[in-house]
Amino acid sequence: MARAVTNQRKAINTAAAWIIGLLIFFPILWTILTSFKSEAQAIADPPIFLFFDWTTENYSTVMERSNYARFLWNSIFIAGGSTILGLIIAVPAAWSMAFVPSRRTKDILLWMLSTKMLPAVGVLYPIYLLFIQFGLLDNVYGLTFVLMLINLPIIVWMLYTYFREIPGEILEAARMDGAGLREEIFFVLTPMALPGIASTLLLNFILAWNEAFWTLNLTAAKAAPLTAFIASYSSPEGLFYAKLSAASTMAIAPILILGWFSQKQLVRGLTFGAVK
Amino acid sequence: MHLRTAFCAVSALALTAGAAVAQATLTIATVNNGDMIRMQGYTDQFTAETGIGVEWVTLEENVLRSRVTTDITTKGGQFDIMTIGMYETPIWGANGWLVPLDDLSAEYDAADILPAMAGGLSHDGTLYAAPFYGESSMVMYRTDLMEKAGLEMPDAPTWEFIREAAAAMTDRDADINGICLRGKAGWGEGGAFITAMSNSFGARWFDMDWNAQFDTEAWANTLNFYKGMMDESGPAGYATNGFNENLSLFNQGKCGMWIDATVAASFVTNPDSSEVADSVGFALAPDNGLGKRSNWLWAWALAVPAGTQQEAEAKQFIEWATSKDYIELVAENEGWANVPPGARTSLYENPEYQKVPFAQMTLDSILSADPNDSTVEESPYVGIQFAAIPEFAGIATQVSQEFSAAYAGQQSVEEALEKAQAITNEAMEAAGYR
Repeated sequence: MARAVTNQRKAINTAAAWIIGLLIFFPILWTILTSFKSEAQAIADPPIFLFFDWTTENYSTVMERSNYARFLWNSIFIAGGSTILGLIIAVPAAWSMAFVPSRRTKDILLWMLSTKMLPAVGVLYPIYLLFIQFGLLDNVYGLTFVLMLINLPIIVWMLYTYFREIPGEILEAARMDGAGLREEIFFVLTPMALPGIASTLLLNFILAWNEAFWTLNLTAAKAAPLTAFIASYSSPEGLFYAKLSAASTMAIAPILILGWFSQKQLVRGLTFGAVK
Repeated sequence: MHLRTAFCAVSALALTAGAAVAQATLTIATVNNGDMIRMQGYTDQFTAETGIGVEWVTLEENVLRSRVTTDITTKGGQFDIMTIGMYETPIWGANGWLVPLDDLSAEYDAADILPAMAGGLSHDGTLYAAPFYGESSMVMYRTDLMEKAGLEMPDAPTWEFIREAAAAMTDRDADINGICLRGKAGWGEGGAFITAMSNSFGARWFDMDWNAQFDTEAWANTLNFYKGMMDESGPAGYATNGFNENLSLFNQGKCGMWIDATVAASFVTNPDSSEVADSVGFALAPDNGLGKRSNWLWAWALAVPAGTQQEAEAKQFIEWATSKDYIELVAENEGWANVPPGARTSLYENPEYQKVPFAQMTLDSILSADPNDSTVEESPYVGIQFAAIPEFAGIATQVSQEFSAAYAGQQSVEEALEKAQAITNEAMEAAGYR
């Protein structure tokens, strides 16, 4: 009897998970389907779900009109660079906060996080003027630096909570065995916190990939990433939904593939520390 | 010998590289509209003719506006040419942020630009942006449904006729709405429509002392008429419909009439995108017999920001893109219906273009709009669907949100007007106008 109830509950849970998963995925699925429709089919009322004349014309048009490879490369560079740079700074910062805390550590952590509460537009002009001063406008290095700064509080917070899970005694033992600070961080702490570091890396890569305020405002032709690529297909005066969907699909495809292959690490990391 | 060959090769490569570096490349910010995208396709011809390269930054209209405003106010120098409209041009020209276009070549024939467009893109008589294409607004209607309703659309209808025709054409069972109009919040969306409409009802945004005028009978009449007509004959959820939503409805045969930008005429008469392409008629935007019609005037124009290092090359591009020759080029390759409209007088004198069904009504609409005299009573501002002051965009966005909330039934028309009055007066006081 108990077994039957358990199986029934399992089935309900599975069904609920599938329904929620499909609901969340539906907008992405709809975007992908729309990208294979003609513009007229894209706005048809009632909407056409699967039975339409599939066409790849929108992809051809988008590829012809835009230099997709350049946008893609800029996205990879900016998202990858800002995440790695952020990790290099955040690992020692999180280590010191987790294992050598001071009276002010909690306040500093809270203050760091509070910078995320400021609307980005509030500091647009100061940052824009600084970028002009340093010749960093429309420059991938400048944008990498800004995105690193923006995501740094989240990286530090996530790593801090992962590191807190690791018993300090293990590090003490390593020190007694003669490990220096470098060995302690790289050979003892890092391997133990690897799932956490991996999920921090992936999550911040996704955040940087999708960032659409600074990437639109600080770039023009050379450093523009895929967010600008999508924005170039949106129009309030003209029905280009199918082309916009094709551009969106091309912009999210790399990150979807990355997410698909790294989902195990991502889930493991997210349930290991910070946001469990 | 080998050394000399290597030296020659290196020198030749260096010279080639030097020449490549010396070639100018213009960075142009533009909107994602059909005519602009078409122009991008012809850019290679400009490069072939002049040796000047072009890099495009194409953005959605609101993103573009925010992006170029940030750049020009901080002298960021990111763009050599900016695509801006009639709202920004006189303000930026007055601030000295744009290079005057008063030395364009004789072949360019600046005098050929339609006077209404040149006037709206100038400050103190100096042209600061060259119109790429211009638009007004007009009535687009289904000739078959009008005939079925037993009515005949006059060339210059009144609002009363439009309301009557809308009610007669509405067939809820067949999913046909008599009229589709913008109701979406945003100063360039529903805000632009209702402001242009209010002109024909005798309303204005400000009196001569910059006091808000939403507490007048004229504004109450405008909003009550709009809401009454749309509730009777408009589509469900009209409060959130903008240009694209109405275009979609019209093209699917779900609107009897649509009053919107003249550029839409080429979309609704294109059989590839419109199911009703062969049964569309055109008329001037309606009036109320007060001497002002409800059509607006707008142009997307190319301007050179002050401080660009490539002023001469930028002007060269502008001359190319807004020239008579460019229009000929597009007509030759894509037909006269697809040339950028509303910018040059000579286009409307061309017998080939006169054959396009909406050409004459577009011209008549543009000619009947005067940004310097848009209201029945005297007003202190220039502009038809906007007031060309820097504060307008922010104020009008908030006001249009209140109006949209009234259309959606979330508040009454009276409440919306009261809030609009308070928002506007407060902002104008803070800005030092009052």
